[in-house]
Amino acid sequence: MALAIFLPACATPPTPYDYSAFKQARPASMLVLPPLNDSPEVNATAGVWAHAVRPLAEGGYYVFPIALVAETFRQNGLDNAADIQEVSPQKLHEFFGADAAVYIRVIDYGTTYKVISSDTRVAVEGRIIDLRSGQLLWQGQAAASSAEQQQNQGGLIGALVSAVIKQIGDTVTDAAFNYAAIADQRLLAAPQTNGVLTGPRSPHYQQTK
Amino acid sequence: MKLIAHATRGAIGIAVISLLAGCATPPPKTLYSWENFTRLQYETLVPAETTPDEQINQLQLQAERAAAAGDALPPGFRAHLGMLYLSAGNTAEAGNLWRAEKVAFPESALYMDKLLNRLGAADTKQVKQ
Repeated sequence: MALAIFLPACATPPTPYDYSAFKQARPASMLVLPPLNDSPEVNATAGVWAHAVRPLAEGGYYVFPIALVAETFRQNGLDNAADIQEVSPQKLHEFFGADAAVYIRVIDYGTTYKVISSDTRVAVEGRIIDLRSGQLLWQGQAAASSAEQQQNQGGLIGALVSAVIKQIGDTVTDAAFNYAAIADQRLLAAPQTNGVLTGPRSPHYQQTK
Repeated sequence: MKLIAHATRGAIGIAVISLLAGCATPPPKTLYSWENFTRLQYETLVPAETTPDEQINQLQLQAERAAAAGDALPPGFRAHLGMLYLSAGNTAEAGNLWRAEKVAFPESALYMDKLLNRLGAADTKQVKQ
């Protein structure tokens, strides 16, 4: 019976993430770089980038203002995500004073039309690099899809999904933008199992779930 | 008990993983007042959805509501608003807001100082923004 499989998982989390580098680095600020985009949707970078700010800020980090950061990069001759993600950690640290940077890749972003139904899906993966040492602190991946709509979920993410379902109904791009909120929340919210550690401004600082 | 109800309804795959991830923590109160800030940052990146003036109005109203409620503004809010003022030609207000960002979030100091220096240089030379 399904119940027997599901219940023990609540008490015993999956293989614990190795947080030793993250715990030692103790970053206080996060520079989210423009996400690389593997999807055909041109607004994917902006959508996933914009939604990455909130979960990290609510997780207790200072998060650099992305539109202003975009403008700064542009004034320095960098206006695409691939070039920006190639800038060395030391240079980013010197220029912005950020402790860590968040490197995101968008795998899926948009709506697929099928004969009977359509599915909006956003899938992302992310890495956090310490800009002072160049060391990898954390990596993970997450996705959100309209195919989950009928399923009832609890907690923070359940509430987010319900809110999104109420908002949808505009354009296709807007649907993907809303699912990007959930995907980014699942990727970057803290504290959660094997997720990003909380930052100094969080009441749960240095706790993992 | 909530979990049992969910499981017997046959929740599978990602939904179950997220459900389990959420099973020990109730949703906390947010640290910051977000309102439409995420959307407005997006609209700055994807041009022509709203003008800087419209954004300034929306963010000023949000700042007033947050102040009245005693809620904190998110990291980057003041810095973003400063950028909008600069693009509307108001360098004085841009400078004020970037200094305010530094006070609210000292983590931003190095970056804000760089922007303020550039603003000062542009100001004295009367260069186009």
